[in-house]
Amino acid sequence: MAQGHAPVLEVQDLRTYFYTRTGVVKAVDGVSFSLKEGETLGVVGESGSGKSMTALSIMGLVPQPAGKIVGGKVLLEGEDLLQKTPAEMQHIRGQKLCMILQDPMTSLNPVYTVGNQLIETLRLKPGNRGRGIKERAIELLSKVKIAAPEARIGNYPHQMSGGMRQRVVGAIAIAGAPKVLIADEATTSLDATIQYQYLQLLRELQEDTGLSIIFITHDFGIVAKMCDRVAVMYAGRLVELAPVRELFNKPAHPYTEALMRSVPNVDEEVDHLYAIEGQPPALDKLPTGCSFAPRCPYAFERCVQEYPSSVTVGESHYAHCWKLL
Amino acid sequence: MTTAIAAATEPIISVENCQKYFPVTSGLVLRKAIGQVKAVDGVTFHIKQGETYSLVGESGCGKTTTAKMVLLVERPTAGSIKFRGKDLATFRSDDYKEYRSSVQAVFQDPWSSLNPRMRVGHIIMEPLLTNKKLSRNEAKERLASLLQEVGLHQFQGDYYPHEFSGGQRQRIAIARALSLEPNVIVLDEPVSALDVSIRAQIMNLLRDLQERHGVSYLLIAHNLATVRYMSHHVGVMYLGKIVEEAPTRELFTNPMHPYTKALISASLPSHPDIQREDIVLSGEIPSPLNPPKGCAFHPRCPFAMDRCSQEMPVLKAAQNPEHAVSCHLF
Repeated sequence: MAQGHAPVLEVQDLRTYFYTRTGVVKAVDGVSFSLKEGETLGVVGESGSGKSMTALSIMGLVPQPAGKIVGGKVLLEGEDLLQKTPAEMQHIRGQKLCMILQDPMTSLNPVYTVGNQLIETLRLKPGNRGRGIKERAIELLSKVKIAAPEARIGNYPHQMSGGMRQRVVGAIAIAGAPKVLIADEATTSLDATIQYQYLQLLRELQEDTGLSIIFITHDFGIVAKMCDRVAVMYAGRLVELAPVRELFNKPAHPYTEALMRSVPNVDEEVDHLYAIEGQPPALDKLPTGCSFAPRCPYAFERCVQEYPSSVTVGESHYAHCWKLL
Repeated sequence: MTTAIAAATEPIISVENCQKYFPVTSGLVLRKAIGQVKAVDGVTFHIKQGETYSLVGESGCGKTTTAKMVLLVERPTAGSIKFRGKDLATFRSDDYKEYRSSVQAVFQDPWSSLNPRMRVGHIIMEPLLTNKKLSRNEAKERLASLLQEVGLHQFQGDYYPHEFSGGQRQRIAIARALSLEPNVIVLDEPVSALDVSIRAQIMNLLRDLQERHGVSYLLIAHNLATVRYMSHHVGVMYLGKIVEEAPTRELFTNPMHPYTKALISASLPSHPDIQREDIVLSGEIPSPLNPPKGCAFHPRCPFAMDRCSQEMPVLKAAQNPEHAVSCHLF
């Protein structure tokens, strides 16, 4: 995969909080990472770890008014997206940034044909008018490998299978030739063989266009197959960031290590799975110190008292854990 | 992990050549059958005491319909299901009662499988009060031991389901299923709705319980890794039929049917350095309303021959007598 030097997207110390009756929920609390051109970053975590909220913060789609981005920067090609007006963001979404969500049934409009929805996105680009636009839509559908795109363009979403619908979502996403694609659990609802086809397709699209992809997932398998680098999130914070091989060979953070050991394996027989005791903490009642400390087998006094700073473990491999000092 | 009783006993549940066809109707008043969906089309397998039999396959392959027939929710169109050698079709009301308490279920989504208006203790005790006719005090004692067994505290019996997390709710569902000391528990995607770090807890719990009580599981799952970890025997289903069946280790080390191979190849690797034999299936699962002629898999099969589109293959034993495959290649 061709990788440029300057990061396309840079997230610095992003904080997204929710103000609720019961208190402040720190959904994203100081997340930083960068994404190079043509690179695939995996963001792994369990539900409530803040991975989806990180994505929505980048897209400028944090639920209002409860949610608020209270700090940090999101730099897309050097421009801070958090300073943009909603109208400007609307323009950036679909052109430079785009997102594929988990369930294609809810992300497509059921009362418009897929052709309509594709053309709507194509029209966003100034100068994209007139007769050529339908051909362009058909071309996009064939790019995501939908058979007989000329006929399919007139279909409604319900006339398609789940895998095909997700392909349409993919076609809409790449319609504006974006720089960054965020795939939020994009293949979770697909069947195994269809998921495999879809991942393969995203790979090809990336090779063709030099797209940078952020894969938000709970599945280490997708990370192993697709990603160049991985960010592991726990309770709103990024706990480890590493190149993919490095992470699988030498997971540094106890959470990453435990999570990997608790996933069953197709490739070999496992006698007993390691299980992480307890559950992730509630985000409005985070413990002081490291949020993983209550479940961590290595926790000692310092872990309960203060949140660990970033420790460099290896080349571009960082983790937040006192044990590593 | 097999228990002593498991050795060489005869199957506790035998599903023999079971079929379930659903009629497809048209018209509002005069409903005319215009076709049939062959959801399950001749499935045979046996569940032994203390063992886990898994059915794997993608959505629409009939694995859940098979489980429903075992749970008496659906009646088979043809074929038979035998419980300890006795056909379910010949059951009288007493037999049904016994069967229903010996075959229990745990479902995928613990948010919808527990009554939100009942306290957890009541949910778990209800089967004891209605089926076993225990007194309240006896039931309470049993409740305490059940809660402990699934890793919950006794005081949590007074809580409502919404006060628990997904993993804990699944523990409650397991406690309820265990309360009647069943012989068989049908597990329909028991961990796929749970978080990654919780899945291992529940899978380990299910395995421990099996070891302790010698209960058999019929596991319905789509995740191969879960199946490999949990089961003794695996049947791979495609479009209403079992296309391959083998003991777990044999199936994963020596898959024979092209569909099984493709499923294993499509399962995600556990390490970035693992390279799989690339079998990308083209196309999608055909509609069970109008299945292809011959082998149902032939339109997607990379090894399809002329014969495959003509003649339906039958499930027959390979070199290893425990390994059966339904494919013209063998």
